[in-house]
Amino acid sequence: MHDLYRLITLASQIAGKSKATRWRRYGVGRYLAVTLAAVGVVVLAGCGELPQTIMHPAGDDARLILDLLVPVLWIALVILVVVVGFLIVSMVKYRYRPGNDGIPPQIHGNPRLEITWMVASALIVAVLAVMTFKTMSIRAEAPGPGALIVEVTANQWWWEFTYPELDVVTANELYLPIGQEVDLRLASNDVIHSFWFPSLSGKQDVVPGTVNRMNFVPEEIGVYPGQCTEFCGLAHGQMRMAAFVVSPAEFDRWVEMQQTGADPALATSPGAQVFQINCAACHSIRGTAAAFGQIGPELTGIGARTTLGAGVVNHTPETLAEWIRDPSQIKPGVLMPALGVDVGDVPAALSEDDITALVNYLEQMR
Amino acid sequence: MTQTLPVAQTWKSDVWSWITTVDHKRIAKLYLFAAVAFFAIAGTESMIMRTQLATPDGTLIDGSLYNQLFTMHGVSMIFIAIMPLNAGFFNLLVPLHIGARDVAFPRLNALSFWMFLFGAIFLNLSFFTGAPDGGWFAYPPLTGKEFSPGTGMEHWILGLAVLGTSSIISSLNFAVTIFNLRAPGMKMTRMPVFTWMTLVTSFLILFAFPPFTVASVLLLTDRIVGTGFFNPVAGGDPVLWQHLFWFMGHPEVYVLILPPMGIVSEVLPTFARKPLFGYTAVVFSGISIGFMGFAVWAHHMFAVGLGPIANGVFTAITMLIAIPTGVKVLNWSATLFRASIKITTPMLFAVSFVALFTIGGLSGMMHAASPVDMQHTDTYFIVAHLHYVLFGGSIFGILAGIYYWWPKLTGRLLNERLGKIHWFLAFLGFNITFGPMHILGNDGMPRRVYTYISGQGWDTWNLVATGGAYLMALSFLLFAFIVLKGLRGEKSAGDDPWDGATLEWATTSPPAVHNFDSMPVVGSNRPVWDGKYGGSPAPMDPAAAESDIHMPKASYWPIFVALGLAFAAAGVIYSYPMSAVGVVMIFYGTFAWTQESTVGPPARPSGSGAGH
Repeated sequence: MHDLYRLITLASQIAGKSKATRWRRYGVGRYLAVTLAAVGVVVLAGCGELPQTIMHPAGDDARLILDLLVPVLWIALVILVVVVGFLIVSMVKYRYRPGNDGIPPQIHGNPRLEITWMVASALIVAVLAVMTFKTMSIRAEAPGPGALIVEVTANQWWWEFTYPELDVVTANELYLPIGQEVDLRLASNDVIHSFWFPSLSGKQDVVPGTVNRMNFVPEEIGVYPGQCTEFCGLAHGQMRMAAFVVSPAEFDRWVEMQQTGADPALATSPGAQVFQINCAACHSIRGTAAAFGQIGPELTGIGARTTLGAGVVNHTPETLAEWIRDPSQIKPGVLMPALGVDVGDVPAALSEDDITALVNYLEQMR
Repeated sequence: MTQTLPVAQTWKSDVWSWITTVDHKRIAKLYLFAAVAFFAIAGTESMIMRTQLATPDGTLIDGSLYNQLFTMHGVSMIFIAIMPLNAGFFNLLVPLHIGARDVAFPRLNALSFWMFLFGAIFLNLSFFTGAPDGGWFAYPPLTGKEFSPGTGMEHWILGLAVLGTSSIISSLNFAVTIFNLRAPGMKMTRMPVFTWMTLVTSFLILFAFPPFTVASVLLLTDRIVGTGFFNPVAGGDPVLWQHLFWFMGHPEVYVLILPPMGIVSEVLPTFARKPLFGYTAVVFSGISIGFMGFAVWAHHMFAVGLGPIANGVFTAITMLIAIPTGVKVLNWSATLFRASIKITTPMLFAVSFVALFTIGGLSGMMHAASPVDMQHTDTYFIVAHLHYVLFGGSIFGILAGIYYWWPKLTGRLLNERLGKIHWFLAFLGFNITFGPMHILGNDGMPRRVYTYISGQGWDTWNLVATGGAYLMALSFLLFAFIVLKGLRGEKSAGDDPWDGATLEWATTSPPAVHNFDSMPVVGSNRPVWDGKYGGSPAPMDPAAAESDIHMPKASYWPIFVALGLAFAAAGVIYSYPMSAVGVVMIFYGTFAWTQESTVGPPARPSGSGAGH
């Protein structure tokens, strides 16, 4: 808002000072300033937080691509201004004037000129191609030794992340230590998805029947949202995820928490019983003997996750309870059944007390 | 110009005459009318989507309906709006442009139209039982039986098979017409650019659609008998589908844009009162775009994981297309240099075509660079790009054509003052809608999402885009009013209201059934202009008017055969006996077709109007 205020002030100053200029003489200065301010309002209102923009990279691949995009964009803008400028000038300058009914010069073409701009187009294309191939050759480099391997498995409509060397499995929230190259192997359990963290790297489709690879180095600590970008069915728009780029020390702490899993002391809590009976067939939590489910997302460390349902809602005890009661209210199409509401004649699997106990239990998984 | 018909005119005989017509000008009207109707339906679908996306967490419609709408919007705009709009212009103009009485195969031409109409209706009937919801690209395995269990995908596959057959037949017809029915002196190098682009487009369809039709039949057997061509679980390859689909899908883009490029290449010179700058370069650019269009399909698949070699090759060829495209844009621009420009509605649409297509072309050049595409693909940046090409390009070109050639359709002119307001609203609305989508894409908003959460910085631009969409909808309501007014008005356009250069302006508005009273003789690529201003003889010689002209006879077999094909296709979903009936109808109808007499009653030369 502060920027907005400054812009409007600046614009009105321009309007005030333009008295001596030609603009003012034509009375355009003030209009121009007002228009500028109006455009400014719209632009700034549109800005603010842009967590998913490709314009502020926090990974080496996103930065590499931006370094290609910006010059290409400038070349395109220059061509655009030249062409559209020529069209506008021509429409004004060469417009028919009443009384001037003569036939304009009948120019059928000019081979020299046409060859010139054909060659000029080819040169521009050549420059673009060289820049592009330079970037492509860097992107094609295989990950070096010491890269952190993460196996990404896409599902309708959530993500599983496995760290095979660390024996860690998690869902929808990807932890990465800053500065360490990450070597991703992407596979799908059902349809085609696409894995995209705009701040970190270009996207990569996830195709069933094959394992795709991508690698990048996270360069800035922060939380970066991402989401599926290949249309994958009903809840495609709600297949989100987040990347947490953290310090190596914090990463180690997180890995340890994931490896340890549930505190054994919790095994006797009422929520643990509810979990074993109702949830464990689909979900698993490290450290709980009978929780073996492979269908739904791994829930180890669920208490520490910031969102639920693959980035659909912020995680609070209340939203977790709502999710358990009837997840399709939050994410239509979700495969998890509604456990807390009656379905026809079938009474709800969980009472409100069960849900409270379960939420308490899950919130302690951190 | 009225034409005496041998039967008394009642509404019944009138309807029957439309059903059995084989006249290219009437088929053109049928194409344009039906395509505008489907354009309105597909446009309404987009308005529902824009309303849903106006705010984050929109609740107007659910994801299931949204996915049907965006799939049907894409399929409809491409296959049953822009393609038949182009086909309408092919029908209206090609015979007039080359000095022919009709197309080479008039009954096949009617067959193409009825197949298109039934295919399009069939596609839209899917809304009653669940429309296709896998995107216009229909990537398996999402579109396999396991993940799309309804009949929506069958409607998509069979509907496109019918529409594709229609396009293939029509392309053969126009290629043969252009090669064989040109008037004396109408060399290939003297053909109007529009007719050239019709020829290039016909070849694109001829080479692109057969492989696609085969691919979609494979997808159909995957779905109904459980073959596994594209199913990874059965050892199939989903990426194979993508190659086969985009081998049609990319040339299809040129099928949609080359004819409007042809329209603009006619409109700009007329109102600049100059010849097109560099006719040869423009024609050859169109041909080379057509050729290269077959070698760039995998730029739709940069993120699939084809590897750096494949991505590099397709990056390079895609960038090469920028050269002929750039040549076209520069030649159109140079046509305005030192001109005497009459600022009319068709001219405004044509010049905005050049500007907006340039924006779409330049953003296309950006994601031709495959690393940039890794960020932009499947985001709103692409939505912006494709609409600048297909709306700012194709639709604006088509609108220029409708205003420009309205006299040849109806004998009247559309209202110029309202037309300019229409242009202004459409131009403004278009840019407000699709301009911000570049920013949305850059800021990470993916395509094909029915909802988005707030806090992404997307809220304002989505609202702005929706506002622009409503402005555009308003402009099209105005257009509907202009067209209705233009159908009823009294004002006669005259034969040559725009001071045109090509042969259609040498005959009456609208042209008589037989088009020209005598065979035109062509001495340049601007025969009418050179007859008026160039000191050459006029292409039409009134003294040579022929007295014994026979036009092809009306026939109901085309609609009969088309109906048979529609039954055959629909029966695959509803009941196999229905398919059997359809197949019998096709064979019987085709046989009867070969047995009927094709020569109609003599058409009387108009005697006046043509050829001054």
